[in-house]
Amino acid sequence: MIAIIEYNAGNITSVARALHSIGQDFIITNDTKMLDAASCAIFPGVGAAGAAMAYLKEKKLDVWLKNCFRSGKPILGICLGTQIILDASEENDTTCIGLVSGTTRRFPENLAADGRALKIPHMGWNSVAFRRPHPVFDSVSAQAEFYFVHSYYPSPADPSAVLGTTEYGMTFCSALAVNNLVAVQFHPEKSGRPGLQILKNFCAWEGK
Amino acid sequence: MISKRIIPCLDVRDGKLTKGIKFKGNIDIGDPVEVAREYYEQGADEIVFYDITASSDKRDIMIDVVRRVAETIFIPFSVGGGIRNLDDMRRVIGAGAEKVSVNSAAVMEPAIISQGARAFGSQCVVLGMDVKKTAVSKQTPSGYEIVIEGGRTFTGIDALWWAGEAERLGAGEICLNSIDADGVQNGYELDLTALISENVRIPVIASGGAGKPAHLADVLTKGRADAALIASMVHYRTYSIRQIKQYLSDRNIATRMFW
Repeated sequence: MIAIIEYNAGNITSVARALHSIGQDFIITNDTKMLDAASCAIFPGVGAAGAAMAYLKEKKLDVWLKNCFRSGKPILGICLGTQIILDASEENDTTCIGLVSGTTRRFPENLAADGRALKIPHMGWNSVAFRRPHPVFDSVSAQAEFYFVHSYYPSPADPSAVLGTTEYGMTFCSALAVNNLVAVQFHPEKSGRPGLQILKNFCAWEGK
Repeated sequence: MISKRIIPCLDVRDGKLTKGIKFKGNIDIGDPVEVAREYYEQGADEIVFYDITASSDKRDIMIDVVRRVAETIFIPFSVGGGIRNLDDMRRVIGAGAEKVSVNSAAVMEPAIISQGARAFGSQCVVLGMDVKKTAVSKQTPSGYEIVIEGGRTFTGIDALWWAGEAERLGAGEICLNSIDADGVQNGYELDLTALISENVRIPVIASGGAGKPAHLADVLTKGRADAALIASMVHYRTYSIRQIKQYLSDRNIATRMFW
């Protein structure tokens, strides 16, 4: 059984609908006992880092995620869920969970391409250049694009954690992978067929 | 680099499309969910639903449409029309829409933008602006004025000022509709679109006037728009979304070509 970690951060139902459409059973819960029983965990999120961390700490979900990461159970981070698995976020100056060392940074204000100022948030479809193959991205075309909406991006300290990068006036890490953890800055649940393929792959992945 | 978005717009009344849309075998389809699925499969980057249901007791029909759309397509979509307050926004977002668009209500009560942004995040709140060209005056220095109620009522509000104000209040995006260009299929209002787009730091969706792919090419380059809304040109099957995207791609305008 797949568990979607429930916390007060947005897009839980759209992830649930996407799993439903690929015929995947799941539970949505913030109960650590029920999470323990799940075979893998999806950690979604839309919203602000500060409020999200406060809630996770209150429910002891930060500790649960650390233990889960150590246990080898597959974890998929999405958007805010990806940003707060790093040590810290510049958003609300927040200390985060720290599964992966590094910081979530805000896009610089002077971001530009072809001599024109770029808008923040980075909102819309963009591609991901993968640095190496990964089971969760099996059968996903290099031409595929994904739906992004964010003003902050993950910046892992160890370059080997970076699985894929995206261009937006700069190159930023849009997918990262460490052991049994995969985390993406974009929304697979809103990225059409390639996004659903990623969810399908994740549900079948054993974390190795 | 980020792709320019192509966004079909569907007008819905009492849960049905206001005009039947011709699809496979030239059958008229009135179900917004089926048409949304078709456009999703054709490569639409996002879909806008505009609810023109007049009576408020029929509003629940739209919520049901939103729910069914959310179960059917896996790209973002927004819902506008008749959004009056935070509760209306909550219902639409709760039913599965990515974004909600406010227009007249925001002109009457601008706080709805900041309340929406606080409750759901800026990325959920789209400001719909209906704009008409007007004389340059002290009140409307940009020469463009905000109109409401489908263009019937002039507000005396300067369009450029309102765009900046909406951004300040927390709108995440602007859907900019030129009433002068709307329905004429003679091309988007390029000057207006460029003026607004260059003076805000949130994405601008150009709306009103699309009749052929060249119009989209113009508004996405000269008009500096981040996205283009289309209606009749795809609803009447004059063009497919793929054809439009191919035209843009051939002219080095980045659009999502794989789906």
